[in-house]
Amino acid sequence: MAETALTNPEKSPAQSAGWKGIAADWSSDQRAFKNVSWGKAMMWIFLLSDTFIFSCFLLSYMTARMSTTVPWPNPSEVFALEIAGHHIPLILIAIMTFVLISSSGTMAMAVNFGYRRDRVKTAVLMLVTAALGATFVGMQAFEWTKLIMEGVRPWENPWGAAQFGSSFFMITGFHGTHVTFGVIFLVAIARKVWRGDFDHGRRGFFTSRKGNYEIVEIMGLYWHFVDLVWVFIFAFFYLW
Amino acid sequence: MTEAALHLEGRREQLHTHVPDAAVSGAVHAEGQQHPIKLYLVVWGWLFVLSTFSYLVDYFGLQGYLRWSLILLFMVLKAGLIVAVFMHMAWERLALSYAILLPPVLVLVFVAIMVFESEYTHLIRVLFFAAPT
Repeated sequence: MAETALTNPEKSPAQSAGWKGIAADWSSDQRAFKNVSWGKAMMWIFLLSDTFIFSCFLLSYMTARMSTTVPWPNPSEVFALEIAGHHIPLILIAIMTFVLISSSGTMAMAVNFGYRRDRVKTAVLMLVTAALGATFVGMQAFEWTKLIMEGVRPWENPWGAAQFGSSFFMITGFHGTHVTFGVIFLVAIARKVWRGDFDHGRRGFFTSRKGNYEIVEIMGLYWHFVDLVWVFIFAFFYLW
Repeated sequence: MTEAALHLEGRREQLHTHVPDAAVSGAVHAEGQQHPIKLYLVVWGWLFVLSTFSYLVDYFGLQGYLRWSLILLFMVLKAGLIVAVFMHMAWERLALSYAILLPPVLVLVFVAIMVFESEYTHLIRVLFFAAPT
């Protein structure tokens, strides 16, 4: 990243901490985010905007659910499965949650090995993460299929308030799309890591610039965010 | 870390200067975030435990304020662990942390507005559109 024009080490002497540090970092003509490359800062800002998008979805769902006079379908029953003759409430969603959390764990370790320049371990852990993500999407496809077969539509369902279907398809669909793009992103970066692009300073296809292992952390930020959103969806949509 | 040391470090390293907080944890090198793998495994374990707890809240069919406080507690703890450790927010400078973490707090204002709005809508629906009994 030495070629980044934004880096200006001469003008950043001692950096103070606490509130003084915030004022110093944000004031006058300079970079506000010290120690953070533009790539990482931009990913954080993108994630902030995505936070607002998912907040709006969850808020509209909350508003629909609180204002309807028709009873809301009980998610605990709707998402129950019969496994080996046992009726287990919400089990599919619980398994999906564990799969996504596990993928976050492997992603965090991939970032760690990336910074240790362990090419093989990083790529393998990223591919495991991608596989877990694909598993999650597969289970979601199963869940959608099951609900559609049972007659859930965005405009009606057999159990109660019509908004259940529209909220469900909108929220989980948008989240599933994020996971799908994350899997594609993961495979693309894992390929670069595996090939040793960041060890040999190979230039990127689109940017013609040398990358470094920080892209694994930036990728990780996106992936952990997808997991983070699921934490909120799990709490508000499935457990309410 | 002393001021003098910071001055020296600041000249030698271009992008990844030492963060005071991270220096305390003693694990950050010139290249990005370096933490022991054990830390991630412990957080991973906690996320599993907290997810199990929130599933059990539903499994045992807890209701009312108890259900809500437990669900929200586990949700906030999980979100905090992911953001702080997995996303390394705990080791970033405050200027970045506050820029990213404060704006979503405003969503709570939006939530409050929509709670009032939906209760009003619900009341109107009950008064004027409820099926005659």
